[in-house]
Amino acid sequence: MLEQTPVIEIADLSFTWKRQARPVLNIASLQINHGERVFLRGPSGSGKSTLLNLLAGVALPQAGVLKVLGQELSALGSAQRDHFRAHHIGFIFQMFNLIPYLSVVENVTLPCRFSDKRKHKVLAQADSLEQEAIRLLGHLDMAHSDVLHKPVNELSVGQQQRVAAARALIGSPELVIADEPTSSLDADRSSAFIDLLFRECDNANSTMVFVSHDNSLEAPFDRTIEFQQINHTGSVGQPKLHAVT
Amino acid sequence: MAILGLAVKSFRNRKFTTGLTVLSIALSVMLLLGIEKIRHGAETSFTSTVSGTDLIIGARGSPMQLLLYSVFHVGNPTNNISRESYEAIIDHPQVKWVIPLSFGDSHEGYRVVGTTTQFYEHFRFAKNQHLQLEKGEWISDTYDATVGAEVAAALGYSPGDKIIIAHGGGDESFIVHTDKPFRVAGILKRTGTPVDRAVYVGLKSIDEIHQGFEGDAHDHDPLDVHDDHGKNATQGGFSAILVGLQSRAAAVSMQRSLNEYDHEPLTAVMPGVVLLELWQMMSMAERILKIVALLVVAVGLFSMLIILMTSLNERRREMAILRSVGARPAHVFVLIMGEAVFLTLMAIGLGVALVYGLMILLQPWLESMYGLYLVIAWPNNTELMLLAVIALCGFVVGLIPGIRIYRYSLADGMTIRM
Repeated sequence: MLEQTPVIEIADLSFTWKRQARPVLNIASLQINHGERVFLRGPSGSGKSTLLNLLAGVALPQAGVLKVLGQELSALGSAQRDHFRAHHIGFIFQMFNLIPYLSVVENVTLPCRFSDKRKHKVLAQADSLEQEAIRLLGHLDMAHSDVLHKPVNELSVGQQQRVAAARALIGSPELVIADEPTSSLDADRSSAFIDLLFRECDNANSTMVFVSHDNSLEAPFDRTIEFQQINHTGSVGQPKLHAVT
Repeated sequence: MAILGLAVKSFRNRKFTTGLTVLSIALSVMLLLGIEKIRHGAETSFTSTVSGTDLIIGARGSPMQLLLYSVFHVGNPTNNISRESYEAIIDHPQVKWVIPLSFGDSHEGYRVVGTTTQFYEHFRFAKNQHLQLEKGEWISDTYDATVGAEVAAALGYSPGDKIIIAHGGGDESFIVHTDKPFRVAGILKRTGTPVDRAVYVGLKSIDEIHQGFEGDAHDHDPLDVHDDHGKNATQGGFSAILVGLQSRAAAVSMQRSLNEYDHEPLTAVMPGVVLLELWQMMSMAERILKIVALLVVAVGLFSMLIILMTSLNERRREMAILRSVGARPAHVFVLIMGEAVFLTLMAIGLGVALVYGLMILLQPWLESMYGLYLVIAWPNNTELMLLAVIALCGFVVGLIPGIRIYRYSLADGMTIRM
């Protein structure tokens, strides 16, 4: 029942960068349902990052339908889209995920600074943001006091990725998007990290879109979407991003 | 609020480089404000080289020239004031006191001023300060001299020393009064005015040493002139007369009547007015100083711009992360801009603190060495305006990287590829 609720709905979407003749994205149809764990595979430069920017509401498509959690993003103003992102989506990136001048706990609680919704969700379950951050870090085996108080740039890459995961998951966002989060981890650590993500998304009841070009990671996911099969532009290679207003 | 906390933490993270920037701007603020304070102090000191004197009278000539030779010991009068005019001035009901001055002699390049004890009694400088003795005693004999602080320091005099006076100004005098040596009776405390650079002797002694050059001198006691209100001061003329009036309000009418005096062409000036005119003539140097200080401030702000701009590339990642957790481009702009504002305000605060700290530290020394009295008070309007302009410039400087990061964050979104 619940599984059938679409979290992402795309129909006839077209996106072209300014000063570019051909569209980067041309997606006839894509639906990702609640609770799904989707592996989105595509070579670099195929427009995946552009799609992530569209899902985040940082850029808007020129044509077509783009709904996240039932909300048509084009119907929102830019400030509302920024709020929407803060409230509902958790992101994990490839590398350099952490703000260097914030502590581990401050990095994890960062989304709550920009979203009252996520803050209230956290405070409904825990006494404080810090407590929830430490709980999440504990699940990721990162709650040791020596780690908690280390400057973030002294953490190993694996540790940094786990802190980034905790940040994406705090306040249980409905949608978690991971953009090649394991590219700097070795195979063992990669699969361990994906296990952690799965467990936490289950706990938070979140939908997950995992973007990667590494086939070896595909197995545990509910389904795989070949990006090039849904994106019919025929173009490979993406221009450097220009200002979007 | 969220963004403010981030700005402070980000700032703390880079406290060394930002600290240096703050210091460099603070130093330039200190320089600018310091120059303004010293300029103000110098103007005040300069314009109060003479205080309490209502009129300066000399032979007909330019007011500026009169002020220069009577107060600053620069140049010489073209003519003297006659004894008759002098007496007429003394007898005027508005006149409270007079100080006759006679120039024409020198000692080792320093001007020798012939005057009466009225000088020690009535002459005031700065904030109505009297002349005081550093060492020795007030003159009591015809051939006693009082020596200014700078003369005493330069020539190493102490009370009791004998000095020889030469006729004419400058170092190379042809006629030296070796037969009439003077005894240094006292050394004046430093005033920071031209008084420090002169030797003061009695008018009578001036007359006596010139016997044979300028005719006979009669025997009288110039040191005891107070009782007869300055009469019998000298047989010859006077170079200039400083006058104190019963009421300051009478200065204008008195000045007019002296300028229109029938018996002898005279010039009377109010020293404060002419001193200010003279100061304004020297304002070019002051303006150049100010321009240099402003350039230093500009360099300081420019270095802040460089530091902010070079940190931008590193910070693009940080901004992308912030965008991914819901920060708006405006937040990112505020983060950078806020830092520039914070740096500027801190620098101004530190600069002001440095200026006042230095002023408190150096005030006594500046006053005794240079007669420069720095008033430690709240910044005046000019200074506040300068500070406001610096703050404004700091904000404008912050706008440049702010706008840039704003555009970056729009373009980069959350997916930055470095």
